[in-house]
Amino acid sequence: MFIINCPYCGERDQTEFSCGGEAHIERPKQPTELSDDQWAEYLFMRKNIKGVQFERWNHAHGCRKWFNMVRDTSNDKIQAVYKMGEKPPIK
Amino acid sequence: MSKNLRINKNNFIDQTTRISFKFNGQKLFGYKGDTLASALLANNIHLVGRSFKYHRPRGIMTCGSEEPNAIVQIGNDPSLTDPNVRATEIELYEGLDASSQNCWPSVNFDIGGINNFLSPLLPAGFYYKTFMWPASFWEKYEYFIRHSAGLGKAPTKSDPDIYDHQYSHCDVLVVGGGISGIISAKLSAEKGLDTILIDDKSFLGGSTIYQENECYKINSINSNKWLANEIESLKNYPNLIIKNRTSLAAFHGYNYLLARESLTDHLSVNERKGKVRQRLWKIRAKKVIIASGSIERPLIFSNNDRPGIILSSSIKKYIDYYGVKTGENISLFTNNDSAYETAISLYKSGVKVNVIVDIRKNSESLIVKKALELGLKVLWESTVVDTQGYKRIKSFEVMKLSDDGNNVVGDRSKYNCDCLGISGGWTPMVHLFTQSGGKLKFRNDDNAFIPDENKTPSNQISVGSCNGEFKLNEIVVNTIENLKSFLSLSNSCYDEIKIICPDEKSKRNIWLLPSDKPIGKTKPFLDFQNDSTAKDVKLALREGFKSIEHVKRYTTTGMGTDQGKLSNMHALGIIADTTGTNMGELGTTTFRPPYTPLTFGAIVGRNVGEFFDHTRKTAIHNWHVKNKAEFENVGQWKRPWYFPKNGENMHQAVQRESKAARDSSGILDASTLGKIDIQGSDASEFLNRIYTNAWSKLEIGKCRYGLMLNEDGMVYDDGVTTRLGENHYIMTTTTGGAANVLSKLEDYLQTEWPELDVYLTTVTDQYSTISICGPNSKKILAKIVPGLDLSDNNFPHMSFKNTKISNVNCRIMRISFTGEHSYEINIQSNYAEDVWIKCMEAGKEFNLTPYGTETMHLLRAEKGFIITGQDTDGTLTPSDLQMDWIIGKKKFDFIGKRSLYRSDTIREDRKQLVGLLTEDPKEIFEEGAQLVENINKKPIEMLGHVTSSYFSPNLNKSIALAVVKSGKKLKGKKLIVPMENKNINVTITDTVFYDKENKRLNA
Ligand SMILES: [Zn+2]
Repeated sequence: MFIINCPYCGERDQTEFSCGGEAHIERPKQPTELSDDQWAEYLFMRKNIKGVQFERWNHAHGCRKWFNMVRDTSNDKIQAVYKMGEKPPIK
Repeated sequence: MSKNLRINKNNFIDQTTRISFKFNGQKLFGYKGDTLASALLANNIHLVGRSFKYHRPRGIMTCGSEEPNAIVQIGNDPSLTDPNVRATEIELYEGLDASSQNCWPSVNFDIGGINNFLSPLLPAGFYYKTFMWPASFWEKYEYFIRHSAGLGKAPTKSDPDIYDHQYSHCDVLVVGGGISGIISAKLSAEKGLDTILIDDKSFLGGSTIYQENECYKINSINSNKWLANEIESLKNYPNLIIKNRTSLAAFHGYNYLLARESLTDHLSVNERKGKVRQRLWKIRAKKVIIASGSIERPLIFSNNDRPGIILSSSIKKYIDYYGVKTGENISLFTNNDSAYETAISLYKSGVKVNVIVDIRKNSESLIVKKALELGLKVLWESTVVDTQGYKRIKSFEVMKLSDDGNNVVGDRSKYNCDCLGISGGWTPMVHLFTQSGGKLKFRNDDNAFIPDENKTPSNQISVGSCNGEFKLNEIVVNTIENLKSFLSLSNSCYDEIKIICPDEKSKRNIWLLPSDKPIGKTKPFLDFQNDSTAKDVKLALREGFKSIEHVKRYTTTGMGTDQGKLSNMHALGIIADTTGTNMGELGTTTFRPPYTPLTFGAIVGRNVGEFFDHTRKTAIHNWHVKNKAEFENVGQWKRPWYFPKNGENMHQAVQRESKAARDSSGILDASTLGKIDIQGSDASEFLNRIYTNAWSKLEIGKCRYGLMLNEDGMVYDDGVTTRLGENHYIMTTTTGGAANVLSKLEDYLQTEWPELDVYLTTVTDQYSTISICGPNSKKILAKIVPGLDLSDNNFPHMSFKNTKISNVNCRIMRISFTGEHSYEINIQSNYAEDVWIKCMEAGKEFNLTPYGTETMHLLRAEKGFIITGQDTDGTLTPSDLQMDWIIGKKKFDFIGKRSLYRSDTIREDRKQLVGLLTEDPKEIFEEGAQLVENINKKPIEMLGHVTSSYFSPNLNKSIALAVVKSGKKLKGKKLIVPMENKNINVTITDTVFYDKENKRLNA
């Protein structure tokens, strides 16, 4: 079970957080302009890789803030946490 | 049969405190400090159970958690009995009542033993191969398998014991109280670190503490004396917590560990009352030191499973620690030096080992020399090829090994015995290391998997024999050196340490010992608990299994409650030998938590009964209880379901409540609906984006119904939102959806639209909601808020007023979920019960009738209003619900809008919400029932299902809502609802059954 460094609260137990799936998928600004395929790409397609993955997390039982996290899913090492809207500190 | 095999000199067992216990009904005695196993052995009882498949007699084989055979059932009280307890671990207490498992009718006469003679018919994969055809026979097979498998019996009544959970944070956790664990704990505590030392035994010191042997010295005194002094010195550290009888169950990532502390299992039943039985520790440690030790390997030869065949190191512990002779005519069989330590211990206690069979050509080690000086007879370069004796070993036969060790030569010679100690070398206990994510490397020198220091997760270290160090000087010196860097120590109290110990030089390992008989005629057991043999593994390989994980499952090797602690290495070794692979390339099987079995009690702790989940009660709950409401669980909420009067059943109560609400007035506690306070200059824009309809033009003081979709276009939640001010709204959600809706809204606000100035606050608990409906609701409200103008002009449907009831501010919304003229009073929760009682008093003359969720559901179904989660299931669009009117088609965007015209969502044959009327108005069908058109054409096509179904007292007929393929086009169509014993004829109708013109809203 991880210890997650919430950018607002500091280190807390994983049980306080919930994961919101892949990060940096922006909601299209003009959905009506999209074809069915383009909309489906946004709506359904998510990566699930073994290795470094960018994820959205929510400090659900804490400050309730959403933030982003870079996690290596092969060893669960958390490489970075950063606020929503910020650029990922690593590639 | 009852013989006393106890010797009289002993430091560890309190021979002044006699303890009586029962085994299989027989009354026996032991001493304080005994385990059940040591007490049984002292009474000359070896036979404790029958094996899993062949029902062969099996005896105590070890003295620890790796025990495969001595698994017993404790007690027979239906709520307290404990199955699958290892006799080698349970401490003896007054009144302990244990019995053998896996034997029927008794351990001495076992009917399943016939399987032993049928064993040629029971090869690897027997169960898979045999119990396959025909499928209809499975029920019979299952009975047979369960009966003969016969593991322990689970208690049949609930567990009265108390269990606890506790969190703990520390700088350093040391797992294991052997010599390396003791040194680690002392170094850590000496540095001033908050340290926890846990050990699963009742005493510290591991196997060193009873090693009374001049060959092993530390700082010129015997190693056991030195260690006893060290343990004593641990008392001086207030920052060191020592937990005995605590076994580590799991080692998760980020140094999160679970350990189970047994607090009363060693006490007599009378001493346990009121005490916590077991505590599960949830430990977060900055650093973890694993000092979990190693276990001895058995040797694999034919009939190596007879009672009386025991691991050599266990024989040593029984004699040195418990003062118990495991036999009177003991021989040993070994491939390494440690059996000689056992021989010396036995000699000192007056038991002269008959012969030592050693597969090695010789050994020059000091310990072997000592044994030879005592006159012990060693048969070098020899192997045991067979044993005799049914319920107890009587003799064994020895042959000379060929030079390469692949064959036996010469003749068999037979030796009588009543106990044979076996020693196949040592396996480091790397379970915890691998659980934590560490990777192993293979050491060819002694065929051991040991932690790979380059693939060890950070902030942990393995020390001592679990790290593959077996010689005393290596254990001590390496532990100290490794810890100095691990804990950043510049020097240590052990820097001047001097160690003397024997050095084992001669090594030889043969996984499957050769025999003069073909393997098919031998029974070399690998996994004693699951009864799999070397033969089975070879058969699996012949049948094409290659991966160790597959061989393991096919042969069931390593699948027992001991997780193959004794068998895994040999299974791997035999696979490697047979396939010509290096063991290091084969890899090991995965070790999964728990390391030793956990009780369910320890896992759930105090979270049982009413503590299993939170219970949420409304502020008016006590009134509902006093007025005999029946309750329904809605999520965590307790909601009044109906209020039965004078012995009414549910149907009668609901019919009465429903009629009263429409004839005069009804009152509902609607406090559980989610309430979200929305403020900010962009609040209107925010609502525009999350609801399907338009919000900007809603006047202050007005209410509007909204439908919320998921991004995929499916209906997610609904409710009425009221505009309280220019930038202030209050939203209601469904009871079950409240928390998720808030999270979803927060998600959009924080991640997609951070530019919006909007603040969300849940106020579900802060406000209670009392709903009064019916033609007389206005008159009742007038009595409660006499100053408020309730005319339709001033206070029309879908509007709200701020007012006061007895000087307390409240909001009253004129909204309706029943189709009746109705009001919802929202008031601070601490006043809610008073206001409810006021309403009841004011409503007395109008037969104001409290109703629950069931009547609420019935009344709204009469009006065709949906309940999200009942009539919807996440696959219905607004259009499917015939609610196209609520889609703001001109709106630029809202959540889910784009999905509403995907090729799939515009299909005309989607399931759509319709009303149903039965041919016979008295006929009510079950919710969930299927709708079909033609029952003769097979397979019958399912067109849809019933989502809501009631008998309406106001219409005096059965009504229902359903989702049906192309339902919108099928109005008037006759369909069939096939039930278990009849078919019900129905007609598809409009979804609104009552007051289609909505006249009653303003009545
Ligand atoms: Zn936080």
